[in-house]
Amino acid sequence: MTDLKEKARILDRDGIRRALTRIAHEIIERNKGTEDLVLIGIRRRGVPLARRLAEKIREIEGSLVPVGILDITLYRDDLSSLHPHPVVRQTEVNFSVKGKKVILIDDVLFTGRTIRAALDAVIDLGRPKNIQLAALIDRGHRELPIRADYIGKNVPTSRRELVEVRLDETDGEDEVIIQEKS
Amino acid sequence: MFKCKNLLGLQDLSAEEITFLLDTAIPMKDIISRPIKKVPTLRGKTVVNLFYENSTRTRSSFELAAKYLSADSVNISSSSSSVAKGESLYDTARTIQSLGADVIILRHPMAGSPRLLARTVDAAVINAGDGAHEHPSQALLDLFTVRERLGRLAGLKVVIVGDVLHSRVARSDIWGFTRMGAEVVVCGPPTLIPPGIDRMGVRVFHRLEEALPGADVIIMLRIQKERQQQGLFPSLREYAVLYGLNRRRLALARSGALVLHPGPMNRGVEISADIADGTSSVIEEQVTNGVAVRMALLYLLAGGGDRHENDY
Repeated sequence: MTDLKEKARILDRDGIRRALTRIAHEIIERNKGTEDLVLIGIRRRGVPLARRLAEKIREIEGSLVPVGILDITLYRDDLSSLHPHPVVRQTEVNFSVKGKKVILIDDVLFTGRTIRAALDAVIDLGRPKNIQLAALIDRGHRELPIRADYIGKNVPTSRRELVEVRLDETDGEDEVIIQEKS
Repeated sequence: MFKCKNLLGLQDLSAEEITFLLDTAIPMKDIISRPIKKVPTLRGKTVVNLFYENSTRTRSSFELAAKYLSADSVNISSSSSSVAKGESLYDTARTIQSLGADVIILRHPMAGSPRLLARTVDAAVINAGDGAHEHPSQALLDLFTVRERLGRLAGLKVVIVGDVLHSRVARSDIWGFTRMGAEVVVCGPPTLIPPGIDRMGVRVFHRLEEALPGADVIIMLRIQKERQQQGLFPSLREYAVLYGLNRRRLALARSGALVLHPGPMNRGVEISADIADGTSSVIEEQVTNGVAVRMALLYLLAGGGDRHENDY
């Protein structure tokens, strides 16, 4: 790994909270309530984001939506070029997705390949009514025809840059920073 | 992290590597329980089952593991191939290599043949049983089953009962359980316990009543009827009386002790029917876990190339 230099802080604790609050409202509005709604976070940082969104939806609508965890390692398209292989962790979706409106949640939307893998993984669990995508950051540079339905913040970046989302649950702080390879 | 190219035996693996393998098998077990038992992970990879001895469960377990991961698998058995025409292991291996195999799973009556194969081919080699030497994937599924049920391996007392002399399962289990910090005891008639086995770090008993007290895990080995003709024990009936696991003997072990058997079982000989079907028995679970463990093995061994920048 090359050295990384911190360039800018694009969201702080309050910024993340406001973005998630807005996304929660948008999800409820777009789906006309929470009926048949399920949230699935993509490991790793999509998982705490999914839990936070579920909590916000509960505050707004008073109803609990199920939260699942998706590990997409086995669906990656670059496994043969990775050695040693990445650690496979558990997918924990303890409810049926059949006929449900699935909101996929990830921290950063970049090439779209993670989402492509996640779509396959969700569909292997059952046939949902539809799948929507929420991302805290959309940094562009898509390599596949994929877009998000809910975006916390659009951040134009160069490919040399790295967007890092840090969350209390995984990193002990809440912020989004851009780093540059020096 | 797991960096081995082949799996030839558990003797070569560290406790960290074994733990990593078992951890990888957990999500694999989830996949087997889903309605769609398939992930695209090993699409385009080829797995060859090369079996020089009969096997139903190990071969079909590896075959299903490969299929659940979307790899293509081919079975070659010695009776229906050029092997029957006298082709050597070396030449068969070169041929399979040329066919484009990424993983070769070998069962062979000669101890050490997987190592010879691994030196010959570029493909990853998995030992599915070599003579009386090792059967590592069986021991891994035993470790997985015990860890899942009892929550740990370190500090457990594991009793292996029966024909330890001819058993590759026993040897792999001994390496695996002792490496993970369990205490291993072997028990059987003196003719079926190899001299010097205590150097593998196990205690030896010849009476089951002395071996079982305090046991957390009891692994019953299959007794092969041919051994009677070799004069290693007088009769199956006597063997069953002295070394068969029944309710009375199971009561000597710790309450909640697990009973394992690599299969196929001789009901009424090494294990009574009520124990085989009872609440202590995890024999059927072993079969399911075998597929999960073999999926983990294929996933970890069927890779290649160098790590590149992670674009995800």
